Amino acid sequence: MTRPILQVNRLSMEFGGIRAMNQLDLDVNAGEIVALIGPNGAGKTTFFNCVTGIYDPTGGDILLNPHGRKSVRLNGLKPNKVTEQGLARTFQNIRLFSNMTVLENVMIGRHCRTSSFIVGAIFRPLSTRREERETVERSYEILEKVGLAGQVNEFAKNLPYGAQRRLEIGRALATEPFLLLLDEPAAGMNPQETSELDTLITRIRDEGHAILLIEHDMKLVMSLSDRIFVMDYGRKIADGTPEQVSSNPDVIKAYLGEDIDA
Amino acid sequence: MLIPWQELKRSLLVSLWFVFLTFPIMVIKVDPIERVVQWRWDNMVFVAIGSFVVSLLVRVWFTQKERRRERLARSEAIERESLLQIILREPRYLYPLAAAVMVFALSFPFLFSTYQTNIMITALMYVMLGLGLNIVVGIAGLLDLGYVAFYAVGAYSYALLNLHFGLGFWTLLPVGALLAATFGVILGFPVLRLRGDYLAIVTLGFGEIIRLILENWNAFSQGPSGIANIPRPGFFGMALSLDQAISYLYYLMIGLVLITIFVVNRLQDSRLGRAWIALREDEIACQAMGIDKTKTKLTAFALGATWAGLVGVIFAAKTTFINPASFTFLESAIILSIVVLGGMGSIIGVIMGAFILILLPEYLRGLSEYRMLAFGAILVGMMIFRPQGFISTVRRTYHFEKKPNDE
Ligand SMILES: Nc1ncnc2c1ncn2[C@@H]1O[C@H](COP(=O)(O)OP(=O)(O)O)[C@@H](O)[C@H]1O
Ligand SMILES: [Mg+2]
Repeated sequence: MTRPILQVNRLSMEFGGIRAMNQLDLDVNAGEIVALIGPNGAGKTTFFNCVTGIYDPTGGDILLNPHGRKSVRLNGLKPNKVTEQGLARTFQNIRLFSNMTVLENVMIGRHCRTSSFIVGAIFRPLSTRREERETVERSYEILEKVGLAGQVNEFAKNLPYGAQRRLEIGRALATEPFLLLLDEPAAGMNPQETSELDTLITRIRDEGHAILLIEHDMKLVMSLSDRIFVMDYGRKIADGTPEQVSSNPDVIKAYLGEDIDA
Repeated sequence: MLIPWQELKRSLLVSLWFVFLTFPIMVIKVDPIERVVQWRWDNMVFVAIGSFVVSLLVRVWFTQKERRRERLARSEAIERESLLQIILREPRYLYPLAAAVMVFALSFPFLFSTYQTNIMITALMYVMLGLGLNIVVGIAGLLDLGYVAFYAVGAYSYALLNLHFGLGFWTLLPVGALLAATFGVILGFPVLRLRGDYLAIVTLGFGEIIRLILENWNAFSQGPSGIANIPRPGFFGMALSLDQAISYLYYLMIGLVLITIFVVNRLQDSRLGRAWIALREDEIACQAMGIDKTKTKLTAFALGATWAGLVGVIFAAKTTFINPASFTFLESAIILSIVVLGGMGSIIGVIMGAFILILLPEYLRGLSEYRMLAFGAILVGMMIFRPQGFISTVRRTYHFEKKPNDE
């Protein structure tokens, strides 16, 4: 049996007296799409922030087991170090670089895989020029993949909402992650855009990236996920295949309950 | 009707309010000796008309802007570029223009008096300072109000190392720049966690600390009396007359400004430059995309300070006398105004900003005591009518074939 690529053991996060996340266990295997669901305020985004180094968790372990490399403990690593390890994310409330072009947003994602610095920037030796050309080409390929190749020179702030979400995914892909964390990627999308997103996520998975996804759109979650974790009040209340989870009484009570009562 | 009645009414109210506010100081004048009160009604008329016109202008401007924006949103038309931006984009216009500017710049000392050349040197110094601060404030988005400290470090490096060790201008030019860069990093470390107004306050404090040290540590810096007889830059060991020395300094500045433009331009369009902009746009996303915040911020501070250090050395060489009074907060404020006025992040904008802010007060001398008032009015007007500065930022565009690399 192979090790999961992301293994989270009894992760807790406290803000002052508030426990936003309590002893959470979670794991993601290579090539999987895993969903993390739960009502608003359950602590899902907090979980992402702990894993990506934005918060330093108050308890527990986060282990990353890259294929063919030594495993790394992510606790307390700075966000940029986490990204270097091969884990990239998008944000629930879109955080693009508004006054940069679409292409430049993706080029920023290449930053941690390139190395030219002050001297390279000023004198532009051959190595820098090659690196720069590669950055542009790789970024453009990614934009073709997420369907934004026609808007490379547009300012990111001028894109429609659905396109901004896809640009965020593209920017994250540029960092060459083996695990991609998506925080509510379908929020605010119309059905047409959501189904395009479904195709895009499947395609990204098929290209060898594992995906951990927070999502409220149940149709999308059920169609995409190999496994689902359910959180409520900072705790994990269930996990398993979509069928197992959707028939779990705790989940129905906590999450789907409103629908059934209605 | 061109101006809606409602706007007129609002402006009328504004003008009434201003008359009321300024009544006690502008209209009533008490003569305590004669024990009479003078009523200066004509002043009231001036205030009323003045505030009415200004208010109306601002209102009309904003409604038109709003209308233009609406039209834009409806028709999805491409935003009309300003004439300046078109000129800058088209090599057809840009190259002849640049050549003309260059010819003018190179022949300046022959065409104009030494006095004029001297003013021009000052303007060019501020161009460099503006472009340096532009790295920190305009590109990386770190509001630095203590920039003058690095300028002082450069100037005092030259003055003191020359005084004690007899080192020359050309040796000390890079030394001053390096020392300033070091101070940039020293300031950078404690303020890594700060942003926005907090950063502004701490950097302001840092600038004042440097000035106070220079003012009070007599044994080190000779205190408020300053350092005199600083040598002008040498020209291969030849002695230059005053006029020649100024022309020489002028050409030196032209060269340095060109180098600065070249370097800043390349930095902006590089991996490092993009990281700075990303840091300005969103610090959290920037880190999550794998950018080392500490390293990126410190390089911005250090590179920005380098330019201040260079100009500091030149300042000391130009005036041959420096004291702490040259490095007050006002200086930082002027440099910051240059960056803001020009349009944060735009090289041409900053150059224009520097020329306007430095040359305008010189040529406004005719207005004598109203000089600073006019200067202030221009700044305020600018902030109302064009808050993004003369030139708004333009990013490099890329063009791709349908398929760039299909093998
Ligand atoms: N930085 C913070 N400081 C204090 N409380 C926080 C912070 N971040 C999140 N929380 C709290 O943690 C809880 C979970 O929030 P969040 O993770 O955003 O929920 P979800 O993403 O599942 O909707 C909320 O009650 C929220 O108020
Ligand atoms: Mg959330």
